[in-house]
Amino acid sequence: MCTWIIEKAEMYGSGKGADGWFRMNQANVYYDHPYNAPLDHALIIDFVADPEKPGNRVAVEISAESARRLVESIEIALQTGVDAHAVDLTPGGTGHPAMPSSAH
Amino acid sequence: MTTGREYEGMMAETVRITGDGGDEVGAYMARPLGPGPHPGVIVLHHMPGWDDSTKEITRKFAHYGYIGIDPNLHYREGPGAPDDVAAVTRAAGGVPDDRCVGDVEGAMRYLRSLPYHNGKIGIIGFCSGGRQAYLCAGRIPDLDAAVDCWGGRVIASADELTDRQPVAPIDLTLNIKAPVLGIFGNEDQSPPPADVDATEAELKKHGITHEFHRYDGAGHGFFAVDRPGYRPVQATEAWSEVWKWFDRYLRD
Repeated sequence: MCTWIIEKAEMYGSGKGADGWFRMNQANVYYDHPYNAPLDHALIIDFVADPEKPGNRVAVEISAESARRLVESIEIALQTGVDAHAVDLTPGGTGHPAMPSSAH
Repeated sequence: MTTGREYEGMMAETVRITGDGGDEVGAYMARPLGPGPHPGVIVLHHMPGWDDSTKEITRKFAHYGYIGIDPNLHYREGPGAPDDVAAVTRAAGGVPDDRCVGDVEGAMRYLRSLPYHNGKIGIIGFCSGGRQAYLCAGRIPDLDAAVDCWGGRVIASADELTDRQPVAPIDLTLNIKAPVLGIFGNEDQSPPPADVDATEAELKKHGITHEFHRYDGAGHGFFAVDRPGYRPVQATEAWSEVWKWFDRYLRD
């Protein structure tokens, strides 16, 4: 399978790429042949600042099983943090900053 | 048959061709040394990019006496590392079909300009490149042979068509002039065996010269020596079919 169909998630945060830290605003998620990982198919995530420009990108290529573990770990870590710091995840809350226009 | 006494050598290098719309496009070319004339084969890379494995296959063609040329279908999204440029291309919706056809036509013009080319041109593609090989066979009447290695979405439903890929390649079958070889794993789901059967039925319906080879115990991309899906027995048999096909239709 070679797919050009991807899931896109808008995000706010930073990533560290080949040129150092950058403000990223989108994650492209797909399941396809990896470029580097020795797998037939992998769950691939590209964290990018500008989807139209190559370069600053944080890329991961992981097995399907790894991806499911990662999802579980994210959920657990997020919930632990929310509980410990009383983060408000509702829109406009402390854990949900509005996307500043400078991030786009 | 070789005797072990022949001179063997090849040149592999990047070249610039004039692709769709007159754009400069990079390509990787490998050719046997010696006077020729040699047939040309256009090698189409898969969605992850203009990568090492496709360049290795291009050199394999030179080893077998062909001029292999591997146009970088993501060239316009660069410059950048092939994996980064592939990520940009993917995010934009993949390579536009019209652009791919134009770039392949550019590679054909380039091959024909070479003094050591014999005038015959084949095309082979892997995965998305397999689909593009079928697409090009349907849109470029002067291709002399085509090989589709497990191209997915040759058959596409209406909701899979996009501005960049507006036509299912199977709908171009009636225009195909080149003999078509298909290589597929029976455990593949992209394309699934039912799509392979339907594609072969369409070729038969239109009287297109073709052979489809299906391999048990093999899935998608079973030529890839650096991945778990590599199937050495099936891959060796399938490569022999590829050489027979191109030898039959591209050599004088």
